[in-house]
Amino acid sequence: MTLVADSPAGAPVPEAPIEAFTVTLIIRRFDPDVDDEPRWQDFDVQMFATDRILDALHKIKWEQDGSLTFRRSCAHGICGSDAMRINGRNRLACKTLIKDLDISKPIYVEAIKGLPLEKDLIVDMDPFFESFREVQPFLQSQTAPPKDKERIQSVADRARFDDTTKCILCAACTSSCPVFWTDGQYFGPAAIVNAHRFIFDSRDEAAQTRLDILNDKEGVWRCRTTFNCTDACPRGIQVTQAIAEVKQAIMRGKP
Amino acid sequence: MPENSAGTMTPRRPAGTLYRGREGMWSWVLHRITGVAIFFFLLVHVLDSSMVAVAPGAYNAVIDTYKNPIMGLGEIALVGAIVFHAFNGIRIILIDLWSKGAKFQRVMFYVVIGLWVVTMAGFIPRQIMVILSEVAH
Repeated sequence: MTLVADSPAGAPVPEAPIEAFTVTLIIRRFDPDVDDEPRWQDFDVQMFATDRILDALHKIKWEQDGSLTFRRSCAHGICGSDAMRINGRNRLACKTLIKDLDISKPIYVEAIKGLPLEKDLIVDMDPFFESFREVQPFLQSQTAPPKDKERIQSVADRARFDDTTKCILCAACTSSCPVFWTDGQYFGPAAIVNAHRFIFDSRDEAAQTRLDILNDKEGVWRCRTTFNCTDACPRGIQVTQAIAEVKQAIMRGKP
Repeated sequence: MPENSAGTMTPRRPAGTLYRGREGMWSWVLHRITGVAIFFFLLVHVLDSSMVAVAPGAYNAVIDTYKNPIMGLGEIALVGAIVFHAFNGIRIILIDLWSKGAKFQRVMFYVVIGLWVVTMAGFIPRQIMVILSEVAH
């Protein structure tokens, strides 16, 4: 295929070849129809430094083993489908570049921890979304907005909860939490982040309800400030900070 | 085990890799370990101290069994655990209650380690002298 229109001789200017590397991925596979236990499998793929782990998974699935199963939708860090544990840390496969990893050693890829493993890199996300729904993550107000107008909010009031609006519900934070691994009843960082987003919204009137929900044995007090969630968040949300703010709001009795 | 067409199977433990958390996670792990260790010390400590009221002779006998180098080294471990648990406890309180606590948690962790080193540097030489005097007897 030639794309070059401005060279009449039809000889495109040769570009310097981009260096490709052989990267070894060790993926934790699990097929519930065949396996009793998950197993590790090696794959060698040719990758460029600018490729992502998601590209490597695609290459494996399309060229080597079509049975490899993983979730991905937008592939650009917005949908939050492809959170997985890469070299022991929760990351989005679509935001992890080969050049940021040490490819002299194999790269370990496995499903996120703490949620029921369904197949290969896919976990059952239902418990995660159940906790999310429980904190009532939607605007609640008893008063009607001004006629034919939106609810007005100052820039400062909007900025108060800006950080927690960025959540894409990928579960990287919740499944990085040691407390959540051992206690699946814990709401988890993601649910608290999404509660924070409405608790500190000046237009919302149900902050007290949410604070009561989170002032529970399995609520914010389960947080042991390991900061794994903050390190794992692909959107850079200061998750532990948000949880600390909810803790303080509960102690104050108001946002 | 089924051999797949692509890739090779290498026997590894089916469990996942260890989660590679950073300072926050390891400070929590240490806090938990030292906390449990201090709990078991306190359990024994309350039992042997309460013998003063019940049987003073038995109390003296028990305390004398503690005066040996092995218990002396154990005391270094005990003080190390308590000092870390105390300083890291203050760090956790600051993370929860100070508005900038979460931002400076990593710095505070290294401050905790620094204070621990300073405290132990003061304690260990003194304790070693105590142990040596016990050996000399």
